[in-house]
Amino acid sequence: MNAATGDMLQRTPLYDEHRAAGATLVDFGGWEMPLHYGSQIEEHHAVRRAAGMFDVSHMTIVDLAGPRVREFLRHLLANNVDRLQDTGKALYSCMLNERGGVIDDLIVYLMGPEHFRMVVNAATRDKDLAWIRRHAGPYGVEVRERDDLAMIAVQGPEARARVHEVLGPAAGADLADMAPFYGREVDGMFIARTGYTGEDGYEIMLPGTQAPALWRALLEPGVRPCGLGARDTLRLEAGMNLYGTDMDEEVTPLESGLGWTVAWEPEERDFIGRSALAAQRREGPARKLTGIMLEGKGVLRGHQKVFVEGLEAGEITSGSFSPTLGRAIGFARVPRSAGEYCEVEIRGRRLPARLVRPPFVRHGKPCT
Amino acid sequence: MSEVPDDLRYTKTHEWVRQDDDGLLTVGISDHAQHLLGDLVFVELPEVGTAFGGGDDCAVVESVKAASDVYCPVAGEVVEVNEALADTPELINQDPYGDGWIFRLKPEDPGAAAELMDAAAYKQMIEDEAD
Repeated sequence: MNAATGDMLQRTPLYDEHRAAGATLVDFGGWEMPLHYGSQIEEHHAVRRAAGMFDVSHMTIVDLAGPRVREFLRHLLANNVDRLQDTGKALYSCMLNERGGVIDDLIVYLMGPEHFRMVVNAATRDKDLAWIRRHAGPYGVEVRERDDLAMIAVQGPEARARVHEVLGPAAGADLADMAPFYGREVDGMFIARTGYTGEDGYEIMLPGTQAPALWRALLEPGVRPCGLGARDTLRLEAGMNLYGTDMDEEVTPLESGLGWTVAWEPEERDFIGRSALAAQRREGPARKLTGIMLEGKGVLRGHQKVFVEGLEAGEITSGSFSPTLGRAIGFARVPRSAGEYCEVEIRGRRLPARLVRPPFVRHGKPCT
Repeated sequence: MSEVPDDLRYTKTHEWVRQDDDGLLTVGISDHAQHLLGDLVFVELPEVGTAFGGGDDCAVVESVKAASDVYCPVAGEVVEVNEALADTPELINQDPYGDGWIFRLKPEDPGAAAELMDAAAYKQMIEDEAD
């Protein structure tokens, strides 16, 4: 929520659809976005049990092109874009500063031989674009923000079937055999089998002018509009970090449960932040990010203190109520040696909790 | 538009108060408040026997989104709490003026509730807030 007060909030091409559906709108990173359309919990369940859709057009889409674009991204990102060899393949990565701090997390797609696409967060748009452009210069890479595109995420066990139905048999057949974490151009849209909910589904990037028609078409077979509220509880259950909350420029991926996204091989790949990160890896990071579940009743919230016997206090980074599990879950940053049992301070009282490995829910089923 | 029953009294902090025949006050949060909070998932009830001053925070209602204090509308002692809310906090969303009541209070001053806003004043207040 970093829009200066008084500034006009930005609206996505789906704004009128949200108003028509009775959304409660909030300022999210300078964008006027739906928080929910009546019941956040019912929207959450719709995604776990059937199909829901989210307007994620506020996210920043950046196309990168040029003969040296792959070399540039090998330097820019902590994960290695050489893992992307097939057209359409997607990769999750952090973009780090020289100290190894996380500037943003993102998904990068291979679009063609000299063309990649990155999707970065809305709230970090300005600093991300400045950082990318600054480093792209020496490589002669063209950086083009695609603010002409909207994005609709359709998620849930029935999501793909609903999208195939709406797009018709030809497109459906084209998409049916596409593996997870791949994307494909279909009818002028870029459709990727990715998401932020722990369910199967698609993220569909398409011209903003066409987005309202697709949104309305998806309503027909019962795809339920879902707001940012449900998006947050879904990603939390799925064990996915939220930038700005679970990590920022002051912490590294190793302290954020994202060590798996750092590609150390080949050793000679000199990505930004590598030397700082390698030093921290040798010494062992002091803290870790882990899942946390409250044993009894109550709700975990960001910034509550976490006490582990004999160790320095930690802190909840994200916390909420899990509609699927019916109890409070969250992420906590705690000393690396913390074991399972801990206490969380809620309104002056210390309540028992357990540190667990995320995810909490995968494909609709509890993991813990 | 939120429901605002005419026979209740209201506070600036969105509690409603019903004057019962036995001299006790029943307290809950308004339809407007439950709507703003969204789906409730946890209620921390006051302890029976505790005395609160008018305006003291005495309970907490938590939705998926946020925690919000419930304030004691007038000075008094809590004599009963709605235990059903421990397992079904969503009663407040479903029936804020009925099954979603939160606690009952024995007021220090038997006439205190009459000093609170009536339905018309409360309606006016939430309309002004919307502007």
